Amino acid sequence: MKFSVKVTLKKDVLDPQGKVVAQTLQNMGMNTLKNIRQGKYFEIEISENNEAKAKEKIDEMCKKLLVNLIIEDFEISKI
Amino acid sequence: MNSSVIVFPGSNCDRDIAVALEKLQFKNNMVWHKETSLPKSDLIVVPGGFSYGDYLRSGAIAAKSNILNEVIKAANDGCLVLGICNGFQILTETGLLKGVLLRNKNLKFLGKDIHVKAINTDNKFCNKYKKDQILKFNIAHNEGNYFTSSEHLKELEDKNLIPFKYCDENGIINEETNPNGSLNNIAGIFNDKKNILGMMPHPERMVDDIISNNDGVNLFTSLLN
Repeated sequence: MKFSVKVTLKKDVLDPQGKVVAQTLQNMGMNTLKNIRQGKYFEIEISENNEAKAKEKIDEMCKKLLVNLIIEDFEISKI
Repeated sequence: MNSSVIVFPGSNCDRDIAVALEKLQFKNNMVWHKETSLPKSDLIVVPGGFSYGDYLRSGAIAAKSNILNEVIKAANDGCLVLGICNGFQILTETGLLKGVLLRNKNLKFLGKDIHVKAINTDNKFCNKYKKDQILKFNIAHNEGNYFTSSEHLKELEDKNLIPFKYCDENGIINEETNPNGSLNNIAGIFNDKKNILGMMPHPERMVDDIISNNDGVNLFTSLLN
């Protein structure tokens, strides 16, 4: 079973990388661009047939290592 | 006094801290991250560097290594723990210290001498410094921008858990003298019991007049008091 995990910075955490990327795109003439927040994306394969159990395991992986819950949020989806 | 320096793949300040400790009369051991027990230690140092190439987040992978389980146990039993630079990042990832080190505000790697003020000297690490003494240390980091919740920040200030704040050579602490965007110009923090210190500047680089200055010496000799 395969899942994706999207990790994003929490709202109140500054994202200087996103800001610089947005500024560069605006300098390139992308005038309608309003804001960019940069995040991380993981694709995870797991040998588990029960979807609920698999999701539970991925949730544990996120909380224990992949995500720093002080500054980041995450979202798990089946792919 | 017995010290242990933890070594990870990618540590690069481990030898520097070992030289500083031995010069200042510590009996030091180097401990590889795969070890599952610590030698007798009064002080454990988690050194600077780029453990695991800063993969995932700085310090995140090192925080899950075998030896860190032992460091966490020892720290909880009151052993003195010092995390410098990447070591500070690792200690926050283990949860021994609260908060997180974000990317520097200006997105640049900073490698330069800076000044810090000794804010709290009433602790085991800083008792040989004078309160408000201005020290010249060196920083070398990409993620040194200390961030934490507003509640915890208040706790750090109220409980006097901030030993060092960035300042200029005259001791002025403000936005302009903050190199990396750290909340309240924080350069280092303690846990509640003040037996764990995490700091971004490198005191081990300041133990010899020939190559820099002696401003880091008192951090180590304070511990021998």
